[in-house]
Amino acid sequence: MFGWEFPPFNSGGLGTACYGLVRGLSVHQVQVTLVLPFVHEDMQVSFARLLSTNEMATIAIKSINTLLSAYMTQQEYYAQLMKKPGHLRAIYGSNLFEEVERYSKQAEILSVQEDFDLIHCHDWMTFRAGMAAKAITGRPLIVHVHATEFDRSGGQGINKYVYDLERAGMEAADAIIAVSGFTKQKIVQHYGIASQKIMVVHNAVEHDVPYPLEEYTSFAKKHKIVLFLGRVTLQKGPDYFLQAAKKVLEQEPDTKFIIAGSGDMYGKMVEMAASLGLGDCVLFTGFLRGEDIQRAYTMADVYVMPSVSEPFGITPLEAMKHKTPVIISKQSGVSEIVHHCLKVDFWDVDVLAAKIIAVLRYPPLHQTLRDEGHKEVKKRTWEDAAAKCLDVYGRVLH
Amino acid sequence: MVSVCFYFQVHQPFRMKEYRVFDIGKHSSYFEEQKNRAILRKVADKCYLPTNKLLLGLLKKHPGFKISYSFSGVVLEQFEQYFPEVLHSFQKLVQTGQVEILDETYYHSLAFLHSLDEFKEQVLMHRKRVQELFGATPQVFRNTELIYSNELARVVAQMGYKGILAEGADHVLGWRSPNFLYRPKDQQTLKVLLKNYRLSDDIAFRFSNKAWEGFPLTSEKYARWVDGVNGNGHCVNLFMDYETFGEHQWEDTGIFAFLEHLPAEILKNPDNNFKTPSELVDGVEPVGELDVPFLVSWADMERDISAWQGNSMQQSALSALYQLEQDVKAKNDPVLLADWRRLQTSDNFYYMCTKWFSDGDVHKYFNPYESPYDSYIAFMNILNDLKMRVEIEKIDVHSPKVQALTNL
Repeated sequence: MFGWEFPPFNSGGLGTACYGLVRGLSVHQVQVTLVLPFVHEDMQVSFARLLSTNEMATIAIKSINTLLSAYMTQQEYYAQLMKKPGHLRAIYGSNLFEEVERYSKQAEILSVQEDFDLIHCHDWMTFRAGMAAKAITGRPLIVHVHATEFDRSGGQGINKYVYDLERAGMEAADAIIAVSGFTKQKIVQHYGIASQKIMVVHNAVEHDVPYPLEEYTSFAKKHKIVLFLGRVTLQKGPDYFLQAAKKVLEQEPDTKFIIAGSGDMYGKMVEMAASLGLGDCVLFTGFLRGEDIQRAYTMADVYVMPSVSEPFGITPLEAMKHKTPVIISKQSGVSEIVHHCLKVDFWDVDVLAAKIIAVLRYPPLHQTLRDEGHKEVKKRTWEDAAAKCLDVYGRVLH
Repeated sequence: MVSVCFYFQVHQPFRMKEYRVFDIGKHSSYFEEQKNRAILRKVADKCYLPTNKLLLGLLKKHPGFKISYSFSGVVLEQFEQYFPEVLHSFQKLVQTGQVEILDETYYHSLAFLHSLDEFKEQVLMHRKRVQELFGATPQVFRNTELIYSNELARVVAQMGYKGILAEGADHVLGWRSPNFLYRPKDQQTLKVLLKNYRLSDDIAFRFSNKAWEGFPLTSEKYARWVDGVNGNGHCVNLFMDYETFGEHQWEDTGIFAFLEHLPAEILKNPDNNFKTPSELVDGVEPVGELDVPFLVSWADMERDISAWQGNSMQQSALSALYQLEQDVKAKNDPVLLADWRRLQTSDNFYYMCTKWFSDGDVHKYFNPYESPYDSYIAFMNILNDLKMRVEIEKIDVHSPKVQALTNL
């Protein structure tokens, strides 16, 4: 399996999903050789801590020295490359796409050394590697689509190289796993893939993470808190969140809005909050990790995911796990499986504001969403998601 | 001798708008005029008009065929407002003399559970409306969704009714059969008729279910099941929503053909006949006493009231609504009172039910809102607007302060 870095080194849902899925497969006694981009020195140590002894028995981890990381853009790749001492830069590709090619060469070498029945890879950066491994070993290839270029770009100008690579991977694959019906639809519509080739496996959520205790700060006691947590980028709709904040504050002036995360729209959002006159009501935390994420979910009165185009969206499940009511965009895969929440069209800022106010104002609504949501999310396990992946494995191996 | 007793429930709520928090204090038009009209039109075309036509023919053909109805006051209002033709077709049925009308709460409400005064007022309103529209005074009562208890029986007996309908739930009956009349605990003047839920639901829910062993259900087959009660019962009480015919069971399931042949098939056996609830009460002696110290209803598997007040949203919405009773009534404003009462319709609370929401069950089909949460939000927003209307003091135009302002 060509995957992505595990928590806490991940920067979004892709790493979380890979981690959950690998652990879910382990429950079914599937032997997984996980190939990861090598980014952190202490990664091996952290895996040993994350995985149980049983899991370590079924999961082998190989790493390839690369600068790639999930969600990377050209600019980010270049910035990473420049951080390396001059004499080392020659090892890596001179741009993101060259690095993807170089990674796939490494994968090819690795794949002849390993023994496996099939190849499972996650999102476009690993597709070339998966295709290379298939070409040299003849093993079936499954590509797992967590997002398409159409989601990432928010429909505003797709990158041709990325699109072509996604499409090539999908065409070369023996089966495609999509994280939602929403994503499957996009694959059929934009990539011309036959729908019979695509199986939907919805993501799940980890349940064994210890919950932080009811740790309410005086800040959370004093104010109602509305949370946005995710990459601050066009796809995630942070601007709609701010527009709704403005309307909510007209009715509920004591409310505080938190934007947790970083991304290419970060500066723009800080400016937008200021120009809307929301300077002291909107708080930016920057990128959060580990316990800070849990703390954010716990202190929030409502979690909002106003994504413009969200192939799945694990964060609402995380929020529900922390007993926080959620409002989610209908333009998301997660809305196909979650019922005990409120749903909005991302562009309908009035409705979003009205629903935020309702959750803040009517305690029985908050309570029922919290309790029923928590019950509902408990039923979504990686073990079940992994079982569905196993069905797909069975279909290509028969 | 087995008497088949049909009772059909006819009800459509005034569905609420998706009233937003920003609407509070701006306007007080709470109900979906257009949508309610459109739904009534659809149900009338699919169910009320064709079924009434069919039944009118059957009543004329078989003088021994009898049926009964209960109409909510709010559906009668909508007939008059949107579709008088439907009301006329029901009036024609009643004119045959083979049709009985029952009483219920005018607003198809849960008032019995929250305010006895309000309950009685709504029952009297309903009685008056039925008298005006159908020229008949109901003698038999059925409470919203067949909600029933000893206490309800006591109140209803006091109000002068001679019969009351209830669900023949297993946990009420135990080993006893629903095919007899019973006397409610401690009531000498009232008899209770129990729904035979197996035979009723065979028509209402299972008729078109291909996985059901009884499928396909023909009127011959059904009549033989009814015959089977001979010797172990006096009556077969078939209680169901009228919308079963053509709306829940679509025309292409064969439901109308089934109904068309049913009276003749039942009457083939000389030991069978049809009776209205009043005729049963007058002609059949109860076989025992029925003790129901808790609340039962005809809803879902639970046969309790959890579909309307099982979660905290429902409970808070109901208690906030009935808390306004004294203040609303003190205002003496008929429009305000009618708005407050329309909010009491049980459907509003049913929409808030979260019990089966994850499974996308039957509740979803009837829910005009996206989710139980959205219906609660709309309800509470409306209630907050109504509360503001209650709280606004009437301006005293003779007060010196107002005089001073108008003189400026």
